Amino acid sequence: MKKTCIKLLLVIMAFSLVALAGCSNSDNSSSSNGSKSKKQVTITYWQYTFPAKVSEIKNLIQKFEAENPNITVVAQDFPYDQYNQKVAAAMHAGKGPDILNLYYGWLPQYVKQNYLQPIPKDLLTTSEIESYFVPMIKASKINGKYYTLPIAVRSLALFYNKDMFKKAGLDPNSPPKTWNELIQDAKKMTKRDANGKLQQEGFAWDVNGQGYHAFEEVLLRQWGIEPFSKDGKKVQWNTSHGLNAFTYWINMEKKEKVGEPNFLTDYNTAFKAGKAGIIIDGSFDIAAIRDAAKFNWGVTTLPVREVGGLESNFGSYWTNGIAKGVTGEKLAASDKFIKFLISAETQKEWLKNVGEIPAAVSFANDKTISNDPIYGPFVQGLKNSHATFFVDEAKERDSMSSQIDKILLNNESIDKTFNSLIKEQQQIRDDYFQNN
Amino acid sequence: MIKSTIEKSRKIHPLKLKTKQTLVAYSFLTIPLLFFLCIRIFPTLYSFSMSFSPQYGVGFTVENYQKLFKDHFFWQAVWNTLKYVIITVPIQMALGLLLALAIKRIQHFRWFYRMIYFLPYITSIVAVSWVWRLMFDPNTGFLNAFFGILHIPPQNWLSDPKEALLCISTVMIWQSMGFSMLIFMAGLEGIPKHLYEAAQIDGAGKGKMFWKITLPLLNPTIVFLAVTGVIQALQTFTQIQNLTAGSGSNAGGPLHCTISIVVYMYQNAFQDFNMQYASAVAVVLFIFILLVTLLQLRVLNKNIEY
Amino acid sequence: MKKNKDSEWFIHAVLLAGVVVVVFPFIWMILSSFKSLPDFYSFSFWPHKFDFSAYKFIFKETNFLQWYLNSIIIGAIVTLSCLVFNSLIGYTLAKYKFPGRKAIFILILSTLMIPTEMLVIPWYMMGAKMNLIDTYLGIMFPGLIEAFGIFLMRQFMLGIPDDLLDAARIDGMNEFKIWWRVALPQVKPALSALGIITFLGNWNAYLWPVIVISTENMRTLPVGISLYATGDAGGIQWNMIMGMSTLAVIPMIIIFLIFQKQIVEGITLTGVKG
Repeated sequence: MKKTCIKLLLVIMAFSLVALAGCSNSDNSSSSNGSKSKKQVTITYWQYTFPAKVSEIKNLIQKFEAENPNITVVAQDFPYDQYNQKVAAAMHAGKGPDILNLYYGWLPQYVKQNYLQPIPKDLLTTSEIESYFVPMIKASKINGKYYTLPIAVRSLALFYNKDMFKKAGLDPNSPPKTWNELIQDAKKMTKRDANGKLQQEGFAWDVNGQGYHAFEEVLLRQWGIEPFSKDGKKVQWNTSHGLNAFTYWINMEKKEKVGEPNFLTDYNTAFKAGKAGIIIDGSFDIAAIRDAAKFNWGVTTLPVREVGGLESNFGSYWTNGIAKGVTGEKLAASDKFIKFLISAETQKEWLKNVGEIPAAVSFANDKTISNDPIYGPFVQGLKNSHATFFVDEAKERDSMSSQIDKILLNNESIDKTFNSLIKEQQQIRDDYFQNN
Repeated sequence: MIKSTIEKSRKIHPLKLKTKQTLVAYSFLTIPLLFFLCIRIFPTLYSFSMSFSPQYGVGFTVENYQKLFKDHFFWQAVWNTLKYVIITVPIQMALGLLLALAIKRIQHFRWFYRMIYFLPYITSIVAVSWVWRLMFDPNTGFLNAFFGILHIPPQNWLSDPKEALLCISTVMIWQSMGFSMLIFMAGLEGIPKHLYEAAQIDGAGKGKMFWKITLPLLNPTIVFLAVTGVIQALQTFTQIQNLTAGSGSNAGGPLHCTISIVVYMYQNAFQDFNMQYASAVAVVLFIFILLVTLLQLRVLNKNIEY
Repeated sequence: MKKNKDSEWFIHAVLLAGVVVVVFPFIWMILSSFKSLPDFYSFSFWPHKFDFSAYKFIFKETNFLQWYLNSIIIGAIVTLSCLVFNSLIGYTLAKYKFPGRKAIFILILSTLMIPTEMLVIPWYMMGAKMNLIDTYLGIMFPGLIEAFGIFLMRQFMLGIPDDLLDAARIDGMNEFKIWWRVALPQVKPALSALGIITFLGNWNAYLWPVIVISTENMRTLPVGISLYATGDAGGIQWNMIMGMSTLAVIPMIIIFLIFQKQIVEGITLTGVKG
C-alpha cells in the first residue's frame, strides 16, 4: 500500500515534469529553429477579441506569410475589457508584442507610457501618411508624429429592424430622419409585460457602446456646440445648449423610456436577438448582424435635429503601431507587415469581411461602396464625421457612464450631474496636459 | 530494552547527538525555508517599501497615503468591504449553526444533507458567479421570472445600486454556509452527552440547554469561524469581478457600490499600473487583517484563562 | 415518541427546501448549457430543444481542453510540492531539537497573517524580473510551500511517538528515510486532507492566475471561463459559459461524491486543528 502510494506520487511527478518540460521545450524549439534557418523572423501581433477581425487577420497572415516565407506572424487576441491591462502588464514585464492593434483613443496614453515607436520614415513619412489616408486620422498625430496606421475607419449609422417596424404599424422603408421621429417610432415598438419588465425595446439607448460618442459628436454639434477646443484642452459644452442636448439625450431613456442600457446585456445583442427596433452602431457589426439576425433589417444615416439640419457623425478607427524596443530584423518584418496591412488590397478585403470602410483616401469616391444599401449610409456619414480627440478614452468613457448612472439609478438631478460631469471631463484633460 | 540503549547512546555522545540533530534539521530546512522567505517575507517588506515610494522615480514619500486618505473611492471600498463582512459573516454562521443543529436532530439521511449543503463550497467561485449572474438578469433571469409568479415586482438586482451588494453577499453566503455547517457539526460532536443528560435531570428546557450548554461550549468553534469568515470577507475579489465586470464596465459597479478593497487594489495595480498606490491600499488591508488576528488571539487567550 | 417523529418530518421538510435552494443554481447551469442562444433572449425554463452546440463549440473552437490540462498540471504539481515540503518542514520543527527552532516556527506562523492580496504586486514585479510572467512556474511558485500546511503537519507530527523514530535510527535508517518511511505513513489522514484542500484551492484559484497569465494557452479553467465570458464577442454567450462551467464543476462534484468522507473529515480536521 505504502509502496503503491509512493509509486503513484512519483508517476504523477514524472508526468507533470514531462508535461512542463514539453511546454518549455516547444518554446525553445521554435526560437532555436529561428536562429538555425538564419533569416526566419517571428513577429507577434496583438489585438482584442472581435471575432470578425480575429478571423480576418488569420487569413491575412496566411497570405502575408505566403508572400514572405521568411516571416512568421503570431496573432494573439484578448478580451476587450482586459486588453489595455494585458498590454500594460506585458509591456512592463518586457514581454509585449511587436505590433499592437489599438483604439485610436488610447493612443495618447500608449505614447505617454512609452509603448510605441513612431512610424519609421522609410515606411511612410508624415506627409505621405497624410496624403494616403483620409483626413480623420489626423486625430492620432501626437507632437507632429504618427505612431500608428489604420486599415480602415468607421462611422455610425442607424440599424433598424424592418419586421418590427411593420408589426408596429410603421413604414419599414421610411426610417426616422430626426431624433424626434426616432423617439416616436421607438415608443411604438417598446413592449413591457404586466410587471413592467421590458420585453422589447424600440431604441437601444446606451452609453457604453456608441451612445456616448453619438452624444459628444452628433447631438452636441447639432445643438450648436463644438465639443472640445481645437487643441483638445478644453471641454466646451458647459453652456445652456450643452445642457439642453444632454437633457434631450438622457430623457430618451429617463422620460420616454424607449429602452434600457442593460437589456439583453448590450445593444447589439438585443438587436441581433430581434428585441431592439433601432440601434446606433458602426459598420464593423454588419458581419455579425448579418449572421445572427433572423429578420429583415436596414441601415440609414444618423438622425438630425430637424429636417435639413446639421448632419454630423463620429469617426473612429483601430490602428496598428510598432512596439518600442523592436529593432533590426523584427523591425523590418514589422514594417513589412504593416505595409501589407495598409495596402489597398487588404483594405478592400477588410471591407468585405469585417465591414469597416477603407482608410485610404483613394476609396473616398468609389461608387461601388457608396451606392451599396448597407455600406452607403456609413460612407455618407464618414463625410461629416469627427474623430474625438481623446486624451484617455477609457477614463473619459468611465466618467461619462458613471455620471449617467447617477441620474438613472440614483435619481440625481440632470443639471447637477451635468456640471459635475463637465468638471470631471475637464479634470481628465487637465491632468493629461499637465503631465505632458 | 530499546529505550535503555538509546539512553545509553545519548549518554555516551550527548554533544555529538545534539550537533547532529541541528545539522540534519538545518539541512532539511535551509532550502525550503529560503524559498519560503523569498515568496512571503521578502515580498511583504517589498510591499511596505513600495507603498512609501513615488510612482515615478525613487525616494521616500508619504504621498500615497495622503492621496489614499483623500480618495473618495478608497473609502467607499473600505465601507463596502466592511458591509460584506457585517452581512455575510453572521448570516453564514447562523445558517451553518441552524443546519448543523437540524441535521443533528434527525436520524436518517444525515450524510445526504451534509453532502448537498457542502457542495457549493468546493465548486469554482468563477463558475458559480456566472450562474448567479445569469439568474440575476433583470429581464430574462430566473429570479425575476420566479418573482413574477409570486406577483412581486421585478428587481434590478445587480444593476441596482441599492441591491447589488446584497446580491453579491447572497452568493457568498450560499457558498460558505456549508463550511460553517461542517465545522459546527464537528464542534457539536465534541460536546459531551452527559452534560445534556444532567441538565435534563435538572429539568432544563431545550432553549435553556442551548443557551447554557451548546453555545458556550461551541465558543472556540464560533471564534474560529468568525475569524476565518471575517478574513475571507475582507479579501472578497473573485465574486465581485465575475458578477459585475464586463461589457465595457469595470468591476465594482454600478456606481462603485460593490467595489471592495481588493478590487480597488487590483484596478490600481493592474489597470492603472500605479503599483505604489496599490501597495498602500494593500497595506491598509493588511492592517485590517492584523487587527482581526490580534483580536482573535486576545479572545482565545481569555478563554484559556477562564 | 410520536412527537419526536413529527418534528423529524418537519426538520426533513425544512432541510429539503434548503436543498432545493442550494442545488438549484447547479441545475440551472446544466439546463442553460443545453439551450441555444435565442432561449436566453426571453425567459424560458426548459431549453426549447436540447442543443449540444455549445459543447461542440467549446471543444472545437476554444482552448478549453488546454485550460483543463493547465489546471490539472498546476494543481497536481503544487499539491505534490506542498505535501513534500510542508511535511518535511513540519516534521523537522516537530521532531528535532535545535537552536532557532522556536524563532523559525513563529516566523512561519506570522506569515499566516499576510494576505495573498498584498503579495500579488511584489510577486508580479519579481515574476517580471525573472521572466516568469505567463509561465507554469510563474503561476505556481507562490503556492509551492505554504504556512498553514506547515503548521498543520507540525501539529500532526508532534503526535508521532519519539520511540518509533529512535527505533528506526537504531535500525540504521538515515534521517531522510526516517521522515519518508516512518513519519509520513503515520500522518496519512492529515496528508490526504492537506492534499485535497491544496488541490481544491488551486483548482479554484483566480486572483493570482488572472494577473500572471496573459496568453490564451496558459489560462487555467477559472481564468479561461472568466475571460471568455467578458470577452467582447458581441454580447455574453450564456450557453457557452454555462457549458464551460458545467464541465469545470461536474468533475469536482464527482470527485467530491467519491471521496466525500475523506474530504469532509479532512476539512473538519484542518478546521479544528487550525
